[in-house]
Amino acid sequence: MLAVDGIPTPEDLAAKIPPPERLAKGPVVIAECFQPIPCDPCSHACPRQAIGPFEDINEIPQVDYDRCNGCGQCITRCPGLALFVVDLTYSEKEALVKLPYEFLPLPAEGQEVAGVNRVGEKVCRARVVKVVVTEKMDKTAVVWLAVPKELAMEVRHFVITHV
Amino acid sequence: MQQEISFVEIAVIGGGPAGLCAALEAANAGARVVLLDRQDRLGGQLIKQTHRFFGSRSHRASERGINIAAELTGQVTSHPLIEALTGATVFGFYEDGVLGVEQEGRVFYLKPSRVIVATGASEKTLAFPNNDLPGIYGAGAVQTLVNVYGILPGKRVLMVGAGNIGVIVTYQLLQAGMEVAAIVEAAPGIGAYWVHAAKVRRAGVPIYTSHTIKRAYGGREVEGAVIWQLDEQGQPVPGTEKDFAVDTICLSVGLSPLVELLAQAGCRLAYVPQLGGHVPLRDANLQTTVPGVYVAGDAAGVEEASAAMMEGALAGLHAACSLGYGRAGYEARRRELQHQLDSLRSGPVGEKIRTGLARVLAG
Repeated sequence: MLAVDGIPTPEDLAAKIPPPERLAKGPVVIAECFQPIPCDPCSHACPRQAIGPFEDINEIPQVDYDRCNGCGQCITRCPGLALFVVDLTYSEKEALVKLPYEFLPLPAEGQEVAGVNRVGEKVCRARVVKVVVTEKMDKTAVVWLAVPKELAMEVRHFVITHV
Repeated sequence: MQQEISFVEIAVIGGGPAGLCAALEAANAGARVVLLDRQDRLGGQLIKQTHRFFGSRSHRASERGINIAAELTGQVTSHPLIEALTGATVFGFYEDGVLGVEQEGRVFYLKPSRVIVATGASEKTLAFPNNDLPGIYGAGAVQTLVNVYGILPGKRVLMVGAGNIGVIVTYQLLQAGMEVAAIVEAAPGIGAYWVHAAKVRRAGVPIYTSHTIKRAYGGREVEGAVIWQLDEQGQPVPGTEKDFAVDTICLSVGLSPLVELLAQAGCRLAYVPQLGGHVPLRDANLQTTVPGVYVAGDAAGVEEASAAMMEGALAGLHAACSLGYGRAGYEARRRELQHQLDSLRSGPVGEKIRTGLARVLAG
C-alpha cells in the first residue's frame, strides 16, 4: 500500500494503465500519481493538452489517451518523477520504457543494466536504447530502456550493475 | 561608548525563502529594506534543496530549490532599495522596537518602522538510548553537509522519519552515493507525498511504518541501530526487533518555529502542534499582536518553502503599504498572493495546516 510502504497496489495501478487498444497503437504516458497534492506542472508541460487542465490544483492527473502521443515532454517536469512512457509496439518481444533518471553516472547507449520494479527488486536485464539529457531538462535525464514486453508495466528504474 | 543606531523603514530578519520574498515585495513597492541573515550566504534552506518544487507555475513548480535561491538572491543583491547584511546576527528585539545586531564583531542597532521576522525553524530531536553517539544527525545537517559542502557523513544511513523531508533527503543521499538501509516511521502511514515514497522505494529503500528506533549502538561512533514495531497504541512490540548495521543515523522528526525574537518583542504566542509548536498570533496580513511586527515562513508555522515564499511576499506587501508605498496596486496584488497561498494549502494534504492556522488567525 502506497500510504504504508510506498508501493502501489495492483488496484492502484489498474486505474493508471491505458486500455489494451491504446497500448497497441504506440507510446503513451503512464501517470503514476495517486494522491491529491497541490501540483500541476504536468498539465502545463503537455503540448497536446492530454493532461488536465486542472480545475483544482489537487486533482490527480488523468491522461486523455486519444490526445497523448507518448512524446514524453512531461516526464522531466514532474517534481515527483511519477510519469513514464511505455511503448508496447517497440518490437515483437521487447517494449520500450522511458523513465526519469537523476543519478550518476548516466548509462551509455547500448549498455545492459538491471531493470528494477516498483519494490526495488531487479527483475530482468534491460538494454539502454537512448539517454536524453538537455540543459532544459535541468539534470533529469530520460532513459529509454528496452525490456521484455511482459515486464513493461513493472520496470520503473534500473541499476548499473557493471561498467 | 557611542552606540550606532540607524533608522530604517523595513527590517527583514532571515534571508531564506520567506525573508527574500518579503524584502523583494516591499522594495518593489518602493520601501527601503534592510535584510539581515546570520549565515554568510542568503537563501536559507533553499541552498540545499536540489529537488524540484511542487505547486503551480506561480509557486515555481518544477524548479529546483537551489535555482530558486540563486534567482531570488540575485534579485535581492541587485535591488537598489535593499541592503542585504549577511553574517549579521540579530541578538535582541528591545521593547522600544530597537534591534541589536552583531556583524563581524561589530555591534550596532537598528530602529525599523516595520519588522518582518522570517527566522525559520529548527530541527527537533528524538530520545533513544545512545542518541549522543557521533554519527547521529538531524536531516537538515546531513542535507547541508552533502548538498552544500559535498561531504558524505558516512556510507550507510538509517533515516528516521517518513515525512517529506526524511524521504527527500533519503533520495538526495542516494544521489550522493550513500546507501540508505531503511526509513523508519512511528506513524502507521507515510507522511511524505506518495510520489516521493515511490521514488525511493523503487530505488531499493524499504519503509517501515509503525516502527521506531529502539537504540543505537557502537563503541566510539554509530555502528548500528535496532528498530522495533509499535502496536496500535504506539507501544513497542517485544520480539519484533530488526538490526541494521549503519554508520549514520539521520533524524527527520519535525521542525520547531524559531520565535525567540517575536517573544522578545512581546508578540502573543500560542502552542499549535499542527504548525510545529509555539507560533505567533497574527492577522491575515501576517501582522502580529505587536503593531508593525510581521511574521512569515516557518517561524509562522512549518510548511513547504513555496508557502514560505508566498507568506513572505504578503507580509512585505502589507508592511510597505502601511508606510504609504505601492498603494495603487495593493489590493489586486494582495488578492493574487492570497489566492496562490490558499491553493497551496488546499486539498487533503493541507488540512493539518488549515486546522493550525484557524487557531492563530486573529479577526
